[in-house]
Amino acid sequence: MVVGLVGSRDPGGKRRRTLAATKLGKGAAWLSRTAGLGEGGIIGGRVAMALDRDVLSGLASGRTVVLVTGTNGKTTTTSMVTRALSAAGPVASNSTGANMPDGHVAALMARPEARYAVLEVDEMHLDIAAEQTKPAVILLLNLSRDQIDRVGEVRTVAARLRQVVVDSPQAVVVANADDPMVVFAAEPAQRVVWVSVGGGRWTGDATSCPKCGERIDVSVERWACACGLRRPEPAWAVRDQTVITDSGRELALQLNLPGQVNYGNAALAMAAVAQLGVVPEAALPRIREVSEVAGRYGDLVIGGRKVRLLLAKNPAGWHEMLQLVRASGRPVMLVVNAREADGFDLSWLWDVPFEQLAGLQVVVAGERAADMAVRLRYARVDVTMNPDPVEAVRMTPPGDLDVIANYTAFRMLRVKGEA
Amino acid sequence: MNGNPGPSAVRIALVLPDMLGTYGDRGNVAVLAERLRLRGIGSEVVEINAGEFVPADCDLYMLGGGEDVAQLVAVRHLRQQGTLVQAARRGAVVLAVCAGMQILGTSFVGSDGVAHGGLGLLDVNTRPMPKRAIGELVVRPDPAFGDELLTGFENHGGCTYLGQDARPLGAVLAGVGNGVNGVEGAVQGRVIGTYLHGPCLARNPAFADRLLAMVTGTELAPLSIPEVDALRTERLRAAGVR
Repeated sequence: MVVGLVGSRDPGGKRRRTLAATKLGKGAAWLSRTAGLGEGGIIGGRVAMALDRDVLSGLASGRTVVLVTGTNGKTTTTSMVTRALSAAGPVASNSTGANMPDGHVAALMARPEARYAVLEVDEMHLDIAAEQTKPAVILLLNLSRDQIDRVGEVRTVAARLRQVVVDSPQAVVVANADDPMVVFAAEPAQRVVWVSVGGGRWTGDATSCPKCGERIDVSVERWACACGLRRPEPAWAVRDQTVITDSGRELALQLNLPGQVNYGNAALAMAAVAQLGVVPEAALPRIREVSEVAGRYGDLVIGGRKVRLLLAKNPAGWHEMLQLVRASGRPVMLVVNAREADGFDLSWLWDVPFEQLAGLQVVVAGERAADMAVRLRYARVDVTMNPDPVEAVRMTPPGDLDVIANYTAFRMLRVKGEA
Repeated sequence: MNGNPGPSAVRIALVLPDMLGTYGDRGNVAVLAERLRLRGIGSEVVEINAGEFVPADCDLYMLGGGEDVAQLVAVRHLRQQGTLVQAARRGAVVLAVCAGMQILGTSFVGSDGVAHGGLGLLDVNTRPMPKRAIGELVVRPDPAFGDELLTGFENHGGCTYLGQDARPLGAVLAGVGNGVNGVEGAVQGRVIGTYLHGPCLARNPAFADRLLAMVTGTELAPLSIPEVDALRTERLRAAGVR
């Protein structure tokens, strides 16, 4: 029966296929949960997709979809958009960060009644997600170097996103006007809403132009390249701790999440939901409720000590998190792995300004603690090393501490720690 | 500035990190400066971005890896100015990694599929390889660079062929390297090219000190950094060499 459904060509069969695939996917999810294998979302999505490769399109049809992508802040911004959009109705979302098509299928299967869907999308999968869900809004946050051994050059990623924008004429693109890679990707959109996210986002000061390769100095606000690519005039902008909306109103952000980058994420989220009729005054109070995102910025107990857990996966992310721990002045533990999901190459640690940790007590842990220890040694930071994070916590001075971990290390700590 | 910059301070040029700075290779400069400081020798790091002038009077020039399009821009800038070539002919030490090595060669095929002329400091030419080389790379160096194995991470799509005037930096024990004849890198006079990221000098302190000895003319006092030893042991084991 299943084989017959997959191979079916009758025009009325699509809806039935989606239903059947969904049902079997849910069964798999239930089995996975019951067997204690996990939360069941991904496996359910995988089963449904194996049975019907267009299941995502079937599940998305009739819903208003927002896709969120970029290098950093995807999960946080998805959470903000979801919270804000719930002012308009029920929202389905892959809130745990399972950002590939199986995660999207699982999220939509879980909330069949939701009129809206807000999906975080891995940069390399935006094409499939957009083709299948026909989004009303595509939100482009930022693009910087990430896992170069897996994802490849940032320029290549920007070019792929640009093609998705071209192929999605129905979508309003809400995009970061300060990031040349994003501007290049969003430029050909039929309708684009530019948002200036303000400071705090690391770019390495200068970048090679995505269009022509020449140098662009992005330390100046109104950056421009000789080839014509330049910062567009933003409709929305972050200024200090406020957002200026497209109608010129200035609202104090007052977020619960720390860090300047989250002002930019909030402004992008507000601009996105405004396209769907949620006014900033309704969106902002809901965005403020976001205080922890899938464990990020949350408190945990590890080795008997209270820690604030921060995630950083690439140079831009580390730069942001270093600013946070620098400001708090607490002892710091850095935990680094280099599994496939992290990228096997850690050379980029040398592009992160760890010199700013000088004067803090730093311990390093994780499977690649030695890479981090060498980096800190040469940055003249006092460092103690122990691959086991629980043991390493015990080597820090007393009191609460800040922990920055990369992706698989972060997941491991959430399992080891107690909330 | 670092240590006691004076007339004897070592001047290190970081060449076009905005174009050739995708793989953390600026770390090589941080390693050199710190290893000098720990021996009481001053250094001055001169960072030259695109559009800025490359001084001809530095002691060491460091180039890193970069994205394909940026590599083309970088070689154009360096050819127009000519000072890097002058410095190398005068005897300055040059370490060029990955795309940096490719542009110092006689020619390389870019992402556009077209052969571009390089600076000609190394008698090598680079063409695309069928499958990108990504992973740990271990090299037994030419004895002129000591007997400590070189470890690093390679990530490139170029096959680099050596001409008569260049010799390899070493023999590949694990990984791909140049992708021709089991060798890695290129050496010609005091110009050295390699595919080792990591960064190269963070993982290979003896090689770093060798470069510094070439500049200062004296062997430097031994320096022990236990974390570096731990990193080397771990990476060589991960590559299956020890």
